Amino acid sequence: VSRQTTSVLFDAPGPRARRRAIIGSIVSAVVLLFLGFLAYRQLAAKDQFTYDRWGPLVDPGNDKFTTVWRRLGQGFRNTLKAAAYSIVLSVVVGTLLAVLRLRLGELARRNWPGIPRPVAWVLKGLAWVLAVLTRTFIEFFRGLPVLLSIFFAWRILPEYGIKLSALWYLVIGLTAYNSVIIAEIIRAGVVSLPRGQTEAARAIGLTEGQTLRMILLPQSFRIMMPALISQLVVVLKDTSLGFIISYEEAVRVSGQIYQYLDNLLQIAVVVATVFIAVNYSLGRLAIYVEKRLSQGPRTATLAAAVPGGPLGAAGDPSAAAEAVAQRVPDAG
Amino acid sequence: MNVLVDHFGEFVGGFLVTLRLSAFAAAGALILGTLVAAMRISPLPPLRFVGTSYVNIFRNTPLTIVWTFVAFGLPKLGVHMKSYFPFGVIALTIYTAAFVCEAIRAGINSVPIGQAEAARSIGLAFHQTLAYVVLPQSFRATIPPLGSVIIAMVKNSALIGSFGYALDLLARGDALIGGQGESAVWCLFGVAIGYLLITIPLGLFIGRLENAMAVAR
Repeated sequence: VSRQTTSVLFDAPGPRARRRAIIGSIVSAVVLLFLGFLAYRQLAAKDQFTYDRWGPLVDPGNDKFTTVWRRLGQGFRNTLKAAAYSIVLSVVVGTLLAVLRLRLGELARRNWPGIPRPVAWVLKGLAWVLAVLTRTFIEFFRGLPVLLSIFFAWRILPEYGIKLSALWYLVIGLTAYNSVIIAEIIRAGVVSLPRGQTEAARAIGLTEGQTLRMILLPQSFRIMMPALISQLVVVLKDTSLGFIISYEEAVRVSGQIYQYLDNLLQIAVVVATVFIAVNYSLGRLAIYVEKRLSQGPRTATLAAAVPGGPLGAAGDPSAAAEAVAQRVPDAG
Repeated sequence: MNVLVDHFGEFVGGFLVTLRLSAFAAAGALILGTLVAAMRISPLPPLRFVGTSYVNIFRNTPLTIVWTFVAFGLPKLGVHMKSYFPFGVIALTIYTAAFVCEAIRAGINSVPIGQAEAARSIGLAFHQTLAYVVLPQSFRATIPPLGSVIIAMVKNSALIGSFGYALDLLARGDALIGGQGESAVWCLFGVAIGYLLITIPLGLFIGRLENAMAVAR
C-alpha cells in the first residue's frame, strides 16, 4: 500500500458513504475547531496574544524589531555554521570509517596466499583485531545519546589542556555521533550492491581498493543520498543542543531574547517555524531525490530494452535503496 | 576509576530515572503515535490533515524547542507540576509520537497493494480491511523501524536531564564533574555504560524479534 494509494483501503464512496464521510468530516472539524478555540481562550486569558509579546517579532514598525531579528539572524547563522561543519566532517570521517570497516573485514577473511604461514596468521589476526576495534568504536558511539558525545568533547578535552571554542566542542561531538551513523549508511549501501559489480571490477583487473573507491563507493553514495539528506535534518536539529554548552545558536539566542521581552511561547513559535520550514524542505528534497533515483539512471531505457541485460539488478538502484532504508530508518 | 565505585549509588539512581523516563515516554509515544497514524490514514480529510500536520511539525522541530514549550510554556498557561519529570515524559511522548506514526505508516505501506485490493473486492469495509488483512501483515515490517525509534527516544531522554530538571543518568554523572571535581573521563564513561546497558540489549532484542517474525512467514 504505497503513499499515493492509501485510498485503496476504502472503496470509492457511494452516495450513502459520501454523506457519512461529509457528516463525519464536519463533526471532526467542529470538534477540532472547538479544541483549537479552548486553546485560544486559555492563551488569551494568560495574555499570550498581546502586542508587547508579538510586536517585536512580527511588526517591522516596532522599534525592537530590527535588534531582535539581527540577534536571531546571528543565532541562525551560527546554527547553520555548526551544522555545515558537522555534516561535512561527518561525511568525511564516516566514509573513512566505512572504508576501514569494509577493508578490514576483507583483510581478516583473506588467506594471504604466497606468504609463509605464520606471517599470514599474524596479518590475519592483526586485521581481525583492528576490525573488532573499528566495530566497537562504531557500536559505542551509535548506542550513546548525541548529547553525551558532545559532553565528551566539552568536558574531557579541557581536562587534557585542549581549549576550544564552544562551536568546536559542538562540532566534534556532533561529528563523533553522526560519522558512525553515516558510516553505517554508506556501508549498508555498499553491501546492498549486487555482487556482479565487484566481480566485474575484479575481472577487468582493478585491485580491491580500486574496486571500492571507483565502483562501489560512488554507487553507494548515489543510493544513499536520501538517507544522507535525512541525516542532515537530524544534524540541523541537534545543533540546538549547543544551547547546553552555551554555544550561541538560534535556541540559545531566543532564550536571551525571552529573558528580555518575556515572550517565551512567541519566540519559540518563531524559531520552531524557521526550523520546520528548513527541515521540511530538506525532507521534500530527500523524497524528490528518491523519486529521481527510482526512475533509474540515464541508461534506464537501454536497460528496459534489453531485459536482464548488462545492467540487470544494478540498473535499479531504488530497489537497493529501499532494502537499505528499511535497515537504516531515520529516528531523530 | 574510583569514582565509578565510590559513587556507584549515584549512577544506579540516575540509571533508574532514565529507565523510568524512557518507559513512561515509550508507552505514551506508542499510544499517541498509533492514534496519529490512524488519523493519517483515515478516510476523513480533517483528521488526515491533523495527522499529517502533527508529523510534519514535530518531526522537524528540535526536541530542545518541544521541551521548552512543555516545561516552560505549560506553566505559563497555568499547568503546574510538582517536578519536571512529568514534563519530561510529555515532551518525549509528543516528539517521539511523530516518529512512531511514521514507523507504523511505513509498515502499512510495506504490505503489497494486492492484499488491500483483494480484501476490498471480497467486500470488506475500511476497518475490516485494516484490522483483518493489512495491520496483521504490516506488524512484521513495523518492528525494526519502531525499535530504532524507541532506542533513539532513550538516547533523546538525556536532554531532559541536562537542563538539571530531572536527576537522570547524564545529569548525575555531570554533577559529579561539576560539583565534586571528579575526572570527567571516568564520570562520563560511567554514564556511557549506563546508556549502552539500555540501548544495546534493546537493539539485540529487536533483532531477535525481527528474526522470529521473519521465520513465521
